[in-house]
Amino acid sequence: MVIFGTALLAGCYLLGVLLGDILGALIGVKANVGGVGIAMMLLMAAQYHMRKRGLMRPETEKGVTFWAMMYIPVVVAMAATQNVIVAVKGGPIALLAAFGSVALCACVISLINRAIRRTGAAAAWQAGAPAAELE
Amino acid sequence: MLDKFMHEIAENQLVAAFAVVGIIVWVSNLLARHLTGGRVHGSAIAVLAGLALAYWGGLVTGKTKGMADLTMFGGLALMGGAMMRDFCIVATASEVQIDEARKAGWLGFIGLFLGTVLPFIVGVAVAMAFGYTDPVALTTIGAGAITYIVGPVTGAAIGASSDVMALSIATGVVKAILVMVFTPVLAGFMRLDNPQAAMVFGGLAGTVSGVSAGLAATDRRLVPYGALVATFHTGLGCLMGPSVLFLAIKAIAG
Repeated sequence: MVIFGTALLAGCYLLGVLLGDILGALIGVKANVGGVGIAMMLLMAAQYHMRKRGLMRPETEKGVTFWAMMYIPVVVAMAATQNVIVAVKGGPIALLAAFGSVALCACVISLINRAIRRTGAAAAWQAGAPAAELE
Repeated sequence: MLDKFMHEIAENQLVAAFAVVGIIVWVSNLLARHLTGGRVHGSAIAVLAGLALAYWGGLVTGKTKGMADLTMFGGLALMGGAMMRDFCIVATASEVQIDEARKAGWLGFIGLFLGTVLPFIVGVAVAMAFGYTDPVALTTIGAGAITYIVGPVTGAAIGASSDVMALSIATGVVKAILVMVFTPVLAGFMRLDNPQAAMVFGGLAGTVSGVSAGLAATDRRLVPYGALVATFHTGLGCLMGPSVLFLAIKAIAG
């Protein structure tokens, strides 16, 4: 049943966010520390074990993959609800600070990724295939 | 007739949002195919269109939630809110190849650390260049350059004034938007074409909204790898901002 997949996803999400909150409280931070990341790892682990035992039926998988595919539309909705006015009105400090940090980080990302490319760590991944179309 | 239609939309906001986003994505795909010959990814155009609509919505209503402040499009706030975004990000984990993720775990940590410290330094330097000397203001603006959540959380913890907080949030929002827009443009330069690279990117670029939208517009298969790391970014920033980073700035400027 499709709902089993979605319920599994919901369970992992809630447990992950809960653990993230507890972790934040433990180290004295007023924020959720990696809750979504923890939830992702829980889902990966749950799926791995359920697939091994043959519990992950195609129908059940659909309950998860639907939400994974809804991801881009949700991001578009998120973009449409950003406070773009504040960003534009932030003036030169906001613009320069943001632009400077993005530019610097892009250069560092480029450096690191060129370095790991040279060590051949990334060779296994077949690059170049375009992402699935949205339709 | 039109009144009735508007009434139905206002009564069924979330469903209306699904339809609106569907139309935005459809038009964006058409533009991508026919105007750019497929060179620009449809979702990159869709995210840009979303931002443009958010700007327009903000202009019309004078409020803070972009298009969602128009009653007709109120459902966008739920559809694009943190709950749905995080739920869908978690769902993308079902596509992660565990071996690929394991290979780059430590790279993700290095990326996270650099992605917290480097933007902070840039933010503080810019604030100093514009004449700020107060360690609280410097730290808050620097923290805003990490993400727009770390900024206000740090500011609130160390007692920043509201105009500095607003500036800090603005810095973070501009950063998120820049990451959304420029990730597909700079993907080649950043060698962003494999899971390990996406994890390094997720740590360094930080801001979950920027990373997730940017990767979605570059190559959807990379989204879970980047997001897996980026979700720890805000937590690490909130941890370091009011503590280590503030103390460091206090030692230098105070």
